[in-house]
Amino acid sequence: MSTLKRYQFPALIIALILLAAMPADLTGLGIPWTGFKRYGLYIISLWLVTAIAAMGVNLIMGYAGQETLAQAAFLGIGAYTMALLTTKLGVPYFVAFAAAGALCFVVGILLGFPALRVQKHYLAFVTLAFAVFVWLFIRNEQWLTGGVFGIQDVPRPVIFGIKTRPPLVFYWFVLFMTVVLAAVMWWLLRSPWGRAFTALRENPVRAESLGIDVRSYKLLAFAVGSAYGGFAGALYAPLVEFIDPAPFALGPSLYYLLMILVGGMGYFLGPFVGAAVGVLIPEWLRFTEGLAPIIFAVIVMIMVALAPRGILGLIEQLLTPKRRPHSDVTGPTLGAGATLTKSSAEKVTS
Amino acid sequence: MTDFLQLVISGLATGAIYALAAIGFTLLWQTTQTINFAQGEFMMLPAFFALAAMRWAGAPFWLACIVAILCSVLVLGIGYKKIIIDPLRGQPGLAVVISTLALAIFLKDSVKDIYSAEAQPFPTILPDTMLSFGGVNISLAQIGVLVVATVVILVLNWFLTQTRTGRQMQATAQNPTVAKILGVDIDRMVLYTFLINAALAGMASLLISPIYLAKFSNGEVLGLAAFVAAIVGGFNQVRGAIVGGLVIGVVDNLAAAYVSTAYRQAVPLVLLVLVILFRPQGILGRKEERTV
Repeated sequence: MSTLKRYQFPALIIALILLAAMPADLTGLGIPWTGFKRYGLYIISLWLVTAIAAMGVNLIMGYAGQETLAQAAFLGIGAYTMALLTTKLGVPYFVAFAAAGALCFVVGILLGFPALRVQKHYLAFVTLAFAVFVWLFIRNEQWLTGGVFGIQDVPRPVIFGIKTRPPLVFYWFVLFMTVVLAAVMWWLLRSPWGRAFTALRENPVRAESLGIDVRSYKLLAFAVGSAYGGFAGALYAPLVEFIDPAPFALGPSLYYLLMILVGGMGYFLGPFVGAAVGVLIPEWLRFTEGLAPIIFAVIVMIMVALAPRGILGLIEQLLTPKRRPHSDVTGPTLGAGATLTKSSAEKVTS
Repeated sequence: MTDFLQLVISGLATGAIYALAAIGFTLLWQTTQTINFAQGEFMMLPAFFALAAMRWAGAPFWLACIVAILCSVLVLGIGYKKIIIDPLRGQPGLAVVISTLALAIFLKDSVKDIYSAEAQPFPTILPDTMLSFGGVNISLAQIGVLVVATVVILVLNWFLTQTRTGRQMQATAQNPTVAKILGVDIDRMVLYTFLINAALAGMASLLISPIYLAKFSNGEVLGLAAFVAAIVGGFNQVRGAIVGGLVIGVVDNLAAAYVSTAYRQAVPLVLLVLVILFRPQGILGRKEERTV
């Protein structure tokens, strides 16, 4: 970890400057770079929006050790909240943005409360069923959501007099919101509250005996993670400007889990790497005509077995000076799945 | 009243099919502590094995059914264990969850690309003739489904309780360590569990496809029904899976008729939340103790 940590801050600043400058037309500054076209801007904005939702999943899975199969549904709740409030009621953007996150937080509490009363993978099943329900609701309640016809002309906000209508400006706006949300997540994870998660993940039984209320922590993690889904949705709606039920179905929800695994579960930057793979693979593999999901699924199945800590885990392994790998008490594992294997204490035995 | 009875009976027929898949799911949980999130796709795929055998090899329906069961045992039993589950030994439950979710996407999209994206009609074992019992109309196909499912469950029950291998399997499920000390070949028993799960999923697939048509995306709905059946009945009980399957089938049918067709697929969510709130161990389940 230390090798990565030392360069963390300067690398972050450089990355941010690059991210902000990359899509822009720099020829005016004497740099021969004409920036991104409309489509490139859309893809890179979509990457950031996906990464926000994936950050939520990372909190739920990578830190609290729970499975959520409904992140796309929360994205949908956020997107429709934003679209309805701004198009039908003319609510200011940031009020709608807060409402989208708050609604997802409350739904997360209501959903997680029963599911987390019981052990095992019940949250996975409840969220699975919930994802189906949300999709049905969006599709059936035409009076509210427009059904399969969706909602058109979701406006892009005007912030301090700056119109975010042009794709490049909207991209900068998304980038700014991503940085804010990432900073909040960073602060959450470094707070005593966040540190309790690490304890939870490493050894739930011990954390419980140290006085950490495991259930309410997991519940909060799920609710906050889901709220990130809502925030992502509130950015997604003005990004695409037209929303319909399809992107919020069960299928897309599953992809968030896969993205987190590919990126690196429990790594702060994991969601960004995972979302890049998840957004770009379908683009690169467009020529294969529909083979992208299959290839993505195969990559995930191989990675779960050989590199359970994802791309960032692999990079970390390469950067760490060669040492004898610590052997884990739980037995032979492939790859250095230390963070993963420790949570196996959670396993239930009958 | 006759409407109600008809709905209950057709619900029992689909419920019996869910029960088959839920039993396999429960057996796998008991012996390997793994959850198969691709169970729905396991109920979707074998029908396409049968369709492929009929379309590309010109096999008659009965032969196609046998081919489908054999293929499913081979691919979804042995293949699933060796390729997906075995490499994850020693990893926590989350790894299996993610891997089986990826497998679900893989199977679904493969069927879509290789066979067809359209819903395929699927032949029934018995014809769809209506029989009338004192005003209650029941189709021969439904009776066929109920009979086949009942026979399969009875045979499985006989195998698990009356044969030496079956009892060894139960011993492995209850306490692998003790079973091993007593000389049970645990690895073999685990393999048998995978084979039985695949065979049950295959049966379920052949029985459900005439009702819902064979479609690549069926796994989502079927899988959810099977999971919820297993949870409603009691996660750790084969008997529970049977009861759970029947409950889901009947409630689903009644809800579609009396509440709302549009929200039919939301029935599992409602049942799931009710069970978790009021009887988390399921209707017939017993509580599991957590070990440190």
